[in-house]
This record gives sequence, structure tokens and C-alpha cells, in this order.
Amino acid sequence: MNSRVIIVNIIRWFILLFVQIFLLKNMGFYDLSTPFVYVLFLLLLPFGIPNILLYLLAFGTGLTLDAFYDTMGVHATACVVLAFVRISFISISLNKDAIDDPEPSLSYMGFQWFALYAFLCVITHHLVLFFLETFRVTEIGYTLMRCGLSCIFTLLLILLVEFIFYKRTSR
Amino acid sequence: MRNLWIFINRYNAFFLFIIFFIIGIYLTVKNNSYQRSVTLNSTNEVVGTAYERLNVFKRYLNLGKVNDSLAAENAKLKTTLLALTTVDSARDVKVIDTTTNQQYTYLAAKVVKNSITLRNNVMTINKGTLDGLETGMAVISPQKGVVGFIRDVSPHLATIQSLLHKDTKISVNIKKSNALGSLVWGDNNFDIRKAFIKEVPNHIKMNVGDTVVTSGFGKFPAGIPVGKLSKTNIATNDNFLSAELNLFNDFSTLQYVYVIKNKLAKEQELLENPVKLKE
Repeated sequence: MNSRVIIVNIIRWFILLFVQIFLLKNMGFYDLSTPFVYVLFLLLLPFGIPNILLYLLAFGTGLTLDAFYDTMGVHATACVVLAFVRISFISISLNKDAIDDPEPSLSYMGFQWFALYAFLCVITHHLVLFFLETFRVTEIGYTLMRCGLSCIFTLLLILLVEFIFYKRTSR
Repeated sequence: MRNLWIFINRYNAFFLFIIFFIIGIYLTVKNNSYQRSVTLNSTNEVVGTAYERLNVFKRYLNLGKVNDSLAAENAKLKTTLLALTTVDSARDVKVIDTTTNQQYTYLAAKVVKNSITLRNNVMTINKGTLDGLETGMAVISPQKGVVGFIRDVSPHLATIQSLLHKDTKISVNIKKSNALGSLVWGDNNFDIRKAFIKEVPNHIKMNVGDTVVTSGFGKFPAGIPVGKLSKTNIATNDNFLSAELNLFNDFSTLQYVYVIKNKLAKEQELLENPVKLKE
């Protein structure tokens, strides 16, 4: 069981990063809406993961993305923020001792909870990402617009992926 | 210590977040040239602005010194210019040393007392016999136009009988026709921006807007612009024409003047008035 989870997550990491780097990196609507679906990997990490491991994975994933996007540290920071939001949201919305689901995915947690969870994580990730990338306050309107539109795009893709791999039986 | 450890352990999510966030920001700023330049610039901006403020004050304090040096430099440059333009090339000299042939040199002086409201105006400058000034030397203003003549000299100061004086007469030319006249001020018109050119022969045609320059026959070098004609053909009782002109220089704002030293002045005077000098 445990080793299966690890293998599933490793495969998921490779597939998501592959898709992100080789497919979604080249996508975008007028430079305004660019999806970052790789955050789904961080969203779907199991509930029982230690915080330090979660942060390390987030940081490592971000650094990998940075290496391909040539933006050293930007994605890493955004992913770390996402990890913090993830921990906070889970600890606030769920009773930690009563969690019997393996991972916070759409099939286990239901649409409402997962949508809110994904929305909060993605919007903070994108805010940090775009503001670090722009690194100035003067273009705040443009940055916020990019952030919002990208957030919609990412969320749509994440929900799409989650619905495709929806496991009806497990609920 | 144990409590601290428990505290950190309980909120480890937050502390880890802080640690990783700082590492991420550090990497971002350190490795991305744009972000680095922005952070460095904003810190420099604070320092730079402070220095700039300070410099404004410093500059203000040094204003006088800077002015003096600029005027001195101007005089030097004008001297060089004259050395290049007013060389007497017709003379038979074997060694072409332009500096020795120079007839006029400029000396910058600061006006320490100015007067424009009287009928006969005299101003004072801060150069005197120690700087080689002598009575009768011509004085011009830095921009354009004539000022007057040196009247009295003391070791450190000198007075100038300005153009705005009833005894001042300057030989001038109307540039277009080369007609000779004499420049005077204050013929029932005591406007400091206006002067009159008198004793222009009757047959000369004058136009409004013609430039008037010094003729070179008096103490002034030839060709110094004086003003532009504003009213022509004023009838007078004698056989000459008069004209009114707008002066180029503004006597009310005069700060610096150039005294023109004429190397050949003595020689010329000796030649023209041998008897008078011998007395």
C-alpha cells in the first residue's frame, strides 16, 4: 500500500512535469493566461505526509520547473507558499484524526471541498508566482489580470484531469 | 528549551514555510538578473536620493565660486578666440606666433555696484590697477553689447562710465551699410534698453532691424554687436540722421563684464597725440 502510493506519486510527478514542461509551457492565450497544472501533484500528495517532506517536495518540484522556465526560485517559492496553504486549509477544514481518505483528490473528497481546496491553493500559487516574476508594483493591474486568467485556466485543467481519473467505486 | 521545541514542533508548518520561503526568495533575487537589479536599485535609490539632496545644498553654497571660475574661463576662451581671429596677418613676421600678435585681451570682472536710474550712471567693478586696468579701457558685457569705459582705477576696484552717461560716445557701424555713427544714450529718452545712433550721414539708408556693431575706431574692437535699429530717420536740426536702437545687453541685470585690454592703445595714442602725452 505504502510503496504503491509512492510509485503512483512518482509516476504522477513525471507525467505532470512532462506535460507542463513540454506541452503547457508552449500554451497561453495572448500571454495572459498560462496554465500551471503541475501543482496538481502537490495538491494530490497523501494526507499523512510529514510537513517537512511536503515542503521539500514542493521546493524540489518548484526548482525543477524553474530549471526549465529559467526563473530560478520563482516557482520554488510559489510552491512553498502553496504547500503552506495546503497544510493550513486541510488543518482548518478537516479533523486530522478522523481522516480516513488516502489523498485529497476529487474522487475521495467530493467536488465542493476539492474545488475550494484547489482554488485557494492555485490562486495563492499564481499570485506569488506572477508577482515574483513581475517584481514591481506599477504593473499591478496587468499582473492581477494575468494571475486571474491563468488561475481560471489552471483550475479548469485540474478539474478536467480529476474528472477524467475519477474513481467512482472508491467513494 | 523543551517548551520552545514543543512550540516549534507544533507550528512546524509555519516555521518550515518561513525557512523555505526565504530560501526561495533568496534564490529568486540572487539568480535572476532583473529581480536582482530591481532590489539593488531600490536600495541604491534611497542612498542616491539622499546624496542628491545634499548636493543641491552644496552646489548652492559654491555658486559664487563656480560663477567666478566660469567667468574667468569665458575670458580665457574669448582671449583665445581673439588670438585666432584678430591676428594682423598683413604684418611681415617670420615666426607665426599668434599669441604675440594679439591686440585685445579680455579680463572678467564682477560688477560690485551698478546704477541705471540716474542720468549719468557709473558702475564699479572688482578689478583695478593690480589687474592691469587703466583709465579709458573699453568694457563689454558677457552676452552681447557694450557697457562703457573705465573711468577711475584704484588698486582693487575700478569705476565704469557706462553707456548710460551723457559723456559716453561710442563709434559704431550700421552693419549692412557700414555707415559710421556715434552711439549715445538719453536724448529725452531715458529707457535703459534704448539708445540713439547719431551723426549718420544723410544719404545712408537705414532699415528697422539693422544690426549695429562697434566700428573699431574707438577703444572697442570692431564688430561687437550693440543693438538693433528700432526707429530710423529721426529728423534732426543738423545735416545728419539719427536712429533709435534697442540695446542687446540689459544693464539692469549686469553681473559680470569683460574689460578689454588693448595692447596697442599706448602706441596709438602716442602716435596720434604726441604733444599731449609729452606734457
